[in-house]
Amino acid sequence: MTTADLATYNFAYLDEQTKRMIRRAILKAIAIPGYQVPFASREMPMPYGWGTGGVQVTAAILGPKDVLKVIDQGADDTTNAVSIRAFFQKVANVAVTTKTRAATIIQTRHRIPEEKLTSGQTLVYQVPIPEPLRFLEPRETETRKMHALEEYGLMHVKLYEDIARNGHIATTYAYPVKVEGRYVMDPSPTPKFDNPKMHMSEALQLFGAGREKRIYAVPPYTEVVSLDFEDHPFEIQTFDKPCALCGAQDVYLDEVVLDDRGGRMFVCSDTDHCEQRCASGHRGHLAHDKEAAE
Amino acid sequence: MTDAPLLKVRDISKFYGARIGCRNVSFDLWPGEVLAVVGESGSGKTTLLNCLATRLMPTSGSVEYRMRDGTMRDLARMSEAERRFLMRTDWGFVHQNPADGLRMAVSAGANVGERLMAVGERHYGNIRETAGDWLGRVEISADRIDDQPRAFSGGMRQRLQIARNLVTSPRLVFMDEPTGGLDVSVQARLLDLLRGLVQDLGLSAIVVTHDLAVARLLSHRMMVMKDGLVIEQGLTDRVLDDPREAYTQLLVSSILQV
Repeated sequence: MTTADLATYNFAYLDEQTKRMIRRAILKAIAIPGYQVPFASREMPMPYGWGTGGVQVTAAILGPKDVLKVIDQGADDTTNAVSIRAFFQKVANVAVTTKTRAATIIQTRHRIPEEKLTSGQTLVYQVPIPEPLRFLEPRETETRKMHALEEYGLMHVKLYEDIARNGHIATTYAYPVKVEGRYVMDPSPTPKFDNPKMHMSEALQLFGAGREKRIYAVPPYTEVVSLDFEDHPFEIQTFDKPCALCGAQDVYLDEVVLDDRGGRMFVCSDTDHCEQRCASGHRGHLAHDKEAAE
Repeated sequence: MTDAPLLKVRDISKFYGARIGCRNVSFDLWPGEVLAVVGESGSGKTTLLNCLATRLMPTSGSVEYRMRDGTMRDLARMSEAERRFLMRTDWGFVHQNPADGLRMAVSAGANVGERLMAVGERHYGNIRETAGDWLGRVEISADRIDDQPRAFSGGMRQRLQIARNLVTSPRLVFMDEPTGGLDVSVQARLLDLLRGLVQDLGLSAIVVTHDLAVARLLSHRMMVMKDGLVIEQGLTDRVLDDPREAYTQLLVSSILQV
């Protein structure tokens, strides 16, 4: 692509004033871990719910030397991930990758990569509803007050209801966490399997909610604790079987329906992690079929 | 009763623009005492109650409350955090319409347990046990603990609201027409229950009602309000049996005798 092709866009789509405004919001968010900073969210060339918040945060922090990875439910090859990656290739001409290790910025929808993130990497989350108390308390004035005064009893009412109805805490995604002992935060609809990865992460984690116009952050090496009861401690999901393709045991799996006769398989939700393992010789029980199909 | 009042109210006035809500109301409330505020609708009873419970800011006057450590604090000078903490620990507020005071979309157990969780209780088993115990005390059977208040009758909802308020053993409870909208037999049971609870727990309460029978059964002392002013106050039996003001006489004589 020549620079002439880029002439109609500012670098990374947003104008410099907007980026400046978003960066200020991000800096404030980093300074107050878990606090939702309002920002003047812009119209993006995509519908709300497709990651407008995440895209704006990425656009504001992206530099020409960055390497971008975009995942959607852990996968690099789904519509949302492919479109956003192509978008930034076009408007910023940055290098893109599917490899977690090679990326400097990872924009994600609802997963944290299996591979441990390291210092210098930034994880950008797309957030639909940033307010963890929203479904119990519909008034924004009231939830803001509750955050300000640290009144978080209501969050436990939700967990209580879970146990009363199901016998265990049945919240499996968007599981509320307390950041640095102060703010209760919605980690976006990631499975609770990923919650422990947020704790003391070496990477910077930024959250952007476009429709709700909020940015929040978890700086590196920050305490992130999942809420629970003393007699019903927090637990992550476990899976009976390993990944059918790479045989990985301790990862988050997606269920894939194979036919209309009840056939199904469980595979890594993180496609990059799965491919890396397959490349280095790990095999699950259906790996042979996949190779045959290819 | 101890020798220091729990609540000291001095010259509380509330104006809605030029209109009067209540004017120059002063009284002391003592520990263990139940005070009834009666009067026709529009007489300023609920405005007064809301001013006392910090749900409304009075235009002038002061309300002082004796904290658990014995110090008198001016409610208007407390920080909002302190006031809200007081509201959910040391105080209770029973609304006329239970839907205003309950979370209709969560179970009865969680409704009762919410205050406990708000003050830091983090043991599910203990919360549930306390909630079950309180449901029993307000005569709601234990197998309804996981039902939502939507599925409850009006009387049960009101009793649930009372349990939800009393679970942190508050010292002062505000009640706004606690028996309004209930049929007579349910009212009688609720009054009986309230009287028992107030006596057992040594609660102080301020009950707003237009129903003189409620005042007679529950309260030790009563105030009669008209047009925002307190026109008569005294021991409940004295006011009801020997009303001095013309308006109070009218009020007392307008009760149907059956």
